[in-house]
Amino acid sequence: MAGQEQQQPQSRDTEVDEDVPAAPPAPAEGQASAATQGVDDLLDEIDGVLESNAEEFVRAFVQKGGQ
Amino acid sequence: MTSAVPGRPAGASGALPAGGAMRVMGSETEYGIHAPSAPGANATMMSARVIQAYAQVTRQRAAGGAETRWDYTDEEPLHDARGWTLERSQAEPAQLTDQPPVLDAEAVALAYGRQELESDGEDESGTLLMNMVLGNGARLYVDHAHPEYSSPEVTNPRAAVAWDAAGDLVALAAVRRLAADPELPPVNLYKNNTDNKSVSYGSHENYLMPRSVPFGDIVRGLTPFFVTRQIICGAGRVGMKQDGSRPGYQISQRADFFETEVGLETTIRRPIINTRDEPHATADKYRRLHVIIGDANLSQASNFLKFGTTAMVLSLIEAGLAPRLEVHEPVAALQAVSHDTSLTATVRLLDGRRITALDLQWIYYEAAAKHAQDTGVADAVDGDGHTHEVLERWSATLTELAGDRAAAATSVEWLAKLSLLDGYRERDGLDWGHARLGLVDLQWADIRPEKGLYYRLLARDRMQRIVDDAVIQRAVTEPPSDTRAFFRGRCVSRFGADVVGASWDSVIFDVPGRGRLQRVPTREPLRGTEALTGGLFARHREAGPFLAELLGLPPGS
Repeated sequence: MAGQEQQQPQSRDTEVDEDVPAAPPAPAEGQASAATQGVDDLLDEIDGVLESNAEEFVRAFVQKGGQ
Repeated sequence: MTSAVPGRPAGASGALPAGGAMRVMGSETEYGIHAPSAPGANATMMSARVIQAYAQVTRQRAAGGAETRWDYTDEEPLHDARGWTLERSQAEPAQLTDQPPVLDAEAVALAYGRQELESDGEDESGTLLMNMVLGNGARLYVDHAHPEYSSPEVTNPRAAVAWDAAGDLVALAAVRRLAADPELPPVNLYKNNTDNKSVSYGSHENYLMPRSVPFGDIVRGLTPFFVTRQIICGAGRVGMKQDGSRPGYQISQRADFFETEVGLETTIRRPIINTRDEPHATADKYRRLHVIIGDANLSQASNFLKFGTTAMVLSLIEAGLAPRLEVHEPVAALQAVSHDTSLTATVRLLDGRRITALDLQWIYYEAAAKHAQDTGVADAVDGDGHTHEVLERWSATLTELAGDRAAAATSVEWLAKLSLLDGYRERDGLDWGHARLGLVDLQWADIRPEKGLYYRLLARDRMQRIVDDAVIQRAVTEPPSDTRAFFRGRCVSRFGADVVGASWDSVIFDVPGRGRLQRVPTREPLRGTEALTGGLFARHREAGPFLAELLGLPPGS
């Protein structure tokens, strides 16, 4: 999100190792393309389900305190 | 007031098999609430509308009006399990959950803005319905600024999953009802635990334990387990720190909101071990362990393991067999585990060892498996019918987390969410700060099946089911048969018009022709079952004769 640059850049590399598990599920060789196709289909479906203005929608989701 | 207990003393039938995953337990879910078309709407008022909407649904369903007000007599939110009671003057206002419902919720609403309340509160009498007891034995009410569903008491993790998921259908029915009302803005409900803007709301578990177990043993035995349990049942979160200001992905929704190891509060300075001591049962026999550290789970497999493994660890603690290890600085360790999706980080133990969250879970697994085998409850054929499956799933999940994350992603909620997010990151080249990833995280938890991304994965069989949809649907209206929730739920659905109040440990009748209210205490969680009271319900269609037989009163007035 624009305007939210972080003050702690040093910890991003060490703690948020999203790059390691970032690879999509790695099934057996023969299933690989089918699995990729499945992910593509899934993302296409979800594209059509997601609320339209992501930034505004997420920003407006403000909750009062809870337990 | 009378003092009968539904069901006669039942001898051995009053106890569950010990040593494994069976135990009286229940869940509480506070839903995130949002009206996109009315961004300034008062959250408490919206939450009250959710309750009203469900009351309308149940009124249609049950001729007698299946809604009942809450009885506050036995609420003791300031009793501390360590042996003292907090002075009311020292308590946070949000801790005073034993006040009358209307006053309480209005007071909360007023604190958030009097004008909104007055312009919104069209209810002439001023008595908004803030509390319902449902025919399935659950409680649906306004907690602070969220609608909350508290499941009926169940005896095993499979039933915990079913009646917790039933709460999501209750919430969905309310959302649909509001969406169909042209006068009101549509309301979305989310089964998550944070708005990523520094606010968190809870999803609690409750476990019944013998009071004889020293609380210190519970703290020692549970803390290392709770620090690491999230790797099998965390729900996943886009954003780091309480306000989500640091981009990234972490295992737990809740971890960054915990600030202390042991304490009474649930809304501030949240503790890993909560000491609220409201047994809602015979106080000198039982304690109700109130667990506030869990994430709300949509994944049934994660939810099943959350309840099942915790119940088994409590069995270890009761037997004095919990693993003897202590985590150095548990709050920091809790957050370090949550921030490490590679599962390679280690936590330091007080004896100097460093150990991964996976290995720590294996230590608990081995101890729990041995104890369950020694007590006989783990046997696939002759066991208690639940512990075997918990152990199978627990070990399979830990194995998959180490070696086959794609397989684990069909059951472990944080991994399922992560695999979806990774799909977006790869396809669209998004970094963790991108709003679309935040939206995927939020919308994962939308309880509407057509909008909720968890439900989209479930529809494609990318998520495992523990219970059939039909079982969950049935749990919306039917109480569990094997706890006092059966008595409570049946009283509400059968005699709703004559029930003026109910709580976990009472049902209060106001029967025409009887001069005073009849309060039926239900302080034994394993009484009031179908086995003990089913015949009574079968014999009576009217509350008067029903009560007369139950309480041993002369028929009529």
